[in-house]
Amino acid sequence: MSIFVMPKLGADMSEGKLIAWRRSVGDAVTRGEIIADVETDKADIEVEVFTSGVIEKLLVHPGEMVPIGTPMAIIHEEGKPLEAVVMKESPPPEQPAQPSPVVTAPVQTTRAVERLRISPAAKNLAKEIGIDPASVTGTGPGGRITREDIERAAKAKAPAAETITDRQADKQSRMRQAIAAAMARSKREIPHYYLSTSIDMSHAMTWLAEENLRRPVEDRLLYGVLLIKAVALALREAPELNSLWSDGKVVQQSAIHVGVAISLRGGGLIAPALHNTDQQSLDQLMKNFLDLVRRARAGTLRGSEVSDPTITVTSLGEMGVETVFGIIYPPQTAIVGFGKVAQRPWVVEGQVVARPVMQASLSADHRVTDGHKGGLFLATVDRLLQKPESL
Amino acid sequence: MTRDEIKSAVLRALGEIAPEADPSGIDPQVNFRDQIDIDSVDFLNFIIGLHKRLDIDIAEADYPQLATLDGCVEYLAAKAQRPAK
Repeated sequence: MSIFVMPKLGADMSEGKLIAWRRSVGDAVTRGEIIADVETDKADIEVEVFTSGVIEKLLVHPGEMVPIGTPMAIIHEEGKPLEAVVMKESPPPEQPAQPSPVVTAPVQTTRAVERLRISPAAKNLAKEIGIDPASVTGTGPGGRITREDIERAAKAKAPAAETITDRQADKQSRMRQAIAAAMARSKREIPHYYLSTSIDMSHAMTWLAEENLRRPVEDRLLYGVLLIKAVALALREAPELNSLWSDGKVVQQSAIHVGVAISLRGGGLIAPALHNTDQQSLDQLMKNFLDLVRRARAGTLRGSEVSDPTITVTSLGEMGVETVFGIIYPPQTAIVGFGKVAQRPWVVEGQVVARPVMQASLSADHRVTDGHKGGLFLATVDRLLQKPESL
Repeated sequence: MTRDEIKSAVLRALGEIAPEADPSGIDPQVNFRDQIDIDSVDFLNFIIGLHKRLDIDIAEADYPQLATLDGCVEYLAAKAQRPAK
């Protein structure tokens, strides 16, 4: 038997609101499956379950806001005997994820959580415009709630426009608060050091242009994907930078999950992970990157994507930025920034020639690495970008 | 395909990547990026959207010609007259 708790989806999260359960009591779930939708200050997240088994009880109801670590569901793992489950009412916010159940008081009885019959399109629309689907009468087959039902409900809700604006404004301000908390903590606790280097991008850009010429429009690559892959491969040679700072000590990570900073429409940003970045081909990375951007903006990121990054890459070149001076997102210990690719004078064999040049920068945690290691890492990124065909 | 049809296809493709943009407020001669908050991912999705709607091949080297509404209509109208292979 195991307890599914409100996960910690990022350093800045202290509580989350259950939007909906994806599964009901009696349903079988497998490890990695999405079990619930959770709203955090930064985004709506699809949360995965990390054990396989059958859902025995749901302890939290949609709409409830609970601190991280709060037991949300009891899952009976197959092949293991049923146990009498007892647990704490609601742990204090300072006490994060306690995967082992703590026995103190009898379990609360769970109200039956009814599954709504609603089409995915209607569900998305309802979420977008802030209508509670439970308050809507379905007119579709078998009482299923359709898009039209949601639209009708939105119209009936008199000052709808105002409500939506308020909701968005509220989301915006919570997003700013979440970023503020993480960045203030970073600047307060992490002794940053900053390095920057100029990279000749002519090989990478030429290779990419030739490659894209052969590809249909759907399969074309963006140069940003080369940068992400180069960072991931360089981390294999400088694994110290692929570390998290946890409880006063450094924990080097074996898997390389590069988080990519994605700006959201209407403001704010989020940096979800491309899992096992170093093991993905450029094609896979491109596909997954586009999917990640789309989902980040649609609010359908998964829990593991927002909680897993081991380093962040931020690319601000498109805004005309030359050099990025990044702030590390805790508990990560490094962030890599890329500026714009622009024609610059460059000396090749004693001659000044025009080359597309880009500034790559590294902000890293001096508790974990030194400038020497950081410099080697940036040099490796440069070296890898000179051989784009090997990325 | 008329120029008006092409224009409305361009605006629909744009609406998909930037739902907040007001199509009537777009200056046809000014770069999209100076009027709407779009990045390279959005732009790639815009090109893919145009390709799907109009079935016209758009080379990456031609992207700069598609930076404005007028530029898009001009480029796509010329391409539509000579159907790709």
